[in-house]
Amino acid sequence: MDKNQNLNTKNLVNIEEQEIWDLIIKPRTDLFEINLREVWRYRDLMWMFIRRDFAAQYKQTVLGPLWHFIQPLFTTLIFVVVFSRIAEISTDGLPPLIFYLSGITIWNYFSSCLIATSNTFVANAYIFGKVYFPRLVMPLSVVLSNMVKFGIQLLLLVAAMIWYAINGIEIHSGYFLFFIPVIILMMAGMGLGLGIIISSLTTKYRDFTVLVTFGVQLLMYATPVVFPMSAVKSPDLKFWLSINPLTPLVEAFRYALLGAGSFDAMHLIYSGIFILLLLVFGLFLFGKVEKTFMDTV
Amino acid sequence: MKVIKAENISKLYRLGQVGTGSMFHDVNRWWHTMRGKEDPYLRVGEINDRTRKGSSHYVWALKDIDFEVKQGEVLGIIGRNGAGKSTLLKILSRTTSPTTGTIKVKGRIASLLEVGTGFHPELSGRDNIFMNGTILGMTRAEIKSRFDEIVEFAGVERYLDTPVKRYSSGMYLRLAFAVAAHLESEILIVDEVLAVGDYEFQKKCLGKMKDVSESQGRTVLFVSHNMQSVASLSSRLLIMNNGLVRQFSDPVEGIACYHQENTGFDKNSYSGSSIGGLGDNDYLVLNEYYLCDESGNRKTAFSNNETIVVNLNFNIKNSDPLLTVGVGLYTADGVNLFWSIHLEEDSPVSLHQGSHSIKILVRDLCLNEGNYKIELIVALHNKQWIYRPEFNAPYLIFSIFRPSGLRDIWSSKRQGSLVPNVKYIK
Repeated sequence: MDKNQNLNTKNLVNIEEQEIWDLIIKPRTDLFEINLREVWRYRDLMWMFIRRDFAAQYKQTVLGPLWHFIQPLFTTLIFVVVFSRIAEISTDGLPPLIFYLSGITIWNYFSSCLIATSNTFVANAYIFGKVYFPRLVMPLSVVLSNMVKFGIQLLLLVAAMIWYAINGIEIHSGYFLFFIPVIILMMAGMGLGLGIIISSLTTKYRDFTVLVTFGVQLLMYATPVVFPMSAVKSPDLKFWLSINPLTPLVEAFRYALLGAGSFDAMHLIYSGIFILLLLVFGLFLFGKVEKTFMDTV
Repeated sequence: MKVIKAENISKLYRLGQVGTGSMFHDVNRWWHTMRGKEDPYLRVGEINDRTRKGSSHYVWALKDIDFEVKQGEVLGIIGRNGAGKSTLLKILSRTTSPTTGTIKVKGRIASLLEVGTGFHPELSGRDNIFMNGTILGMTRAEIKSRFDEIVEFAGVERYLDTPVKRYSSGMYLRLAFAVAAHLESEILIVDEVLAVGDYEFQKKCLGKMKDVSESQGRTVLFVSHNMQSVASLSSRLLIMNNGLVRQFSDPVEGIACYHQENTGFDKNSYSGSSIGGLGDNDYLVLNEYYLCDESGNRKTAFSNNETIVVNLNFNIKNSDPLLTVGVGLYTADGVNLFWSIHLEEDSPVSLHQGSHSIKILVRDLCLNEGNYKIELIVALHNKQWIYRPEFNAPYLIFSIFRPSGLRDIWSSKRQGSLVPNVKYIK
């Protein structure tokens, strides 16, 4: 009786041995192997990366987190002088300071997401080469920690708005205020999607790193950041500018927050689809590259 | 129960720089796969020997490796630099994927290819414990529950809130290993990472690894160049050489074998044609020269209390009363340990004309672990050299493996060539 039982359990163990494996490491992966559940399991790591970003960034600086304000503030002041005072470009009826500050705040979020994520593989090669975790954790944590920085800079913008309101200049935050989180998410998707595509390409060919740094600068001028769409008169130019999926986002951000600019649902849907495709392609490329990039980086 | 099963693992690396040429290769490769053809660069690899110049730009760092690991085993992995050890560990820890083959794994793998991965110099020890732990796959809750244990194991309680950039390298290592040692994974992969710590800590880590496998039933794979720790820790051994593996169920035997192959000599015995190169002399023709144990088994690796038997077969062409044969023992670095000739005995065997088969029994050697060279001496005593050690004498290489009866207190092996019985009495 006892013997039989033993035999039975042995058989069971045998079956178990043959069939249950928790992980199979193999050369090529299926087209889409993005294990989001695994990314979720590593959420604590994502949180640690975000914390590390903040804790380490301004260590041994005197002004510390104040730098978060100084950067956009001075850029805004320069823009006010160059584009408003010298070039006399319209600011959609808004005080120039508010106009540029809002543009820079939302643009900075996109550009810092893009620049940081496009560097994912190359900058973290030393960690990626030593330990496995879902690589997507890295760019996601970048996007999230930049979101916090964006939040801080948004405070500056709100402070400026309040200051203007006290001084009697009215700013009409519309009913679309609730739409701001959606815009931010779309911006994040754009930065992340483009960033992971570029980071996948840079593992082998560094040419793209060079491209990103000045490409982002150029792209800003193809987006209504330092000028409003309403100031663009030529229909040709208007067309080319509206092909840029960032255009409706910046315009809608201004519209929602400041009541100036435009809110074009169709245009936003176009951006949404663009971002979705970008993310799908980006995740596909990223998943393909993350398996072997250590050999080429 | 098997926890790791690797089948046909190979890894191809491209040599040289990435540049315009590699872009052409990429395009060419893409063009081939598009038409359903084989990758044109996958076939051209050759065996990976870093010392030899190869003709192709691609090289197999691993070639068709198969192995299995059972639960609770400690698998030691040894091999020369560039033998493929780290590549294997990288594939196992998923930092890169194999070119061919699959590895099936049961349970979580934690890999310690480097200590302190993700440590940020600006963060405090406390923060870095969490940073490092989460990178290695623990959750914050898991780390929190073992935090005190980790701190105690590392012994850095006083510095917990100091940024780790102010730590000494030893303290840094302690903290990092402490985190890794408390991982809750079923499989632990450790590369040679303990070389930096002080002796006490190395000891502690090895003890912890042993404990992890024995009492907790976890599986450990580790690479080391420290044969002493490999011998004392591992229950099985994997020797890697030029991307190929061999497995040994007895680590000590494997280590002996490894030592032997890596001395740079490959002389195990002399017989037949290999003796022709020694040159002619008027007195003696050597037919055979090899080592065996007392029961006559040919061997090249001995334990340190074993009797080594040197076998000689030769013909005497012209007899001479001064003609003598003997052996000289040398360490691997060429230090002479002793010479012995047959005439030193009270009643030496006579070497008359004709064929002789002589056994030289070398007893009570008490040699330390390592490689040794045994040179054949033939001479007309005090008159003329025929085979002169370190000059023209044929020699054999043999190795001694782990001396028994010594505590594991020596981090690699006891210093020196001899392991005599030494007593300390109070």
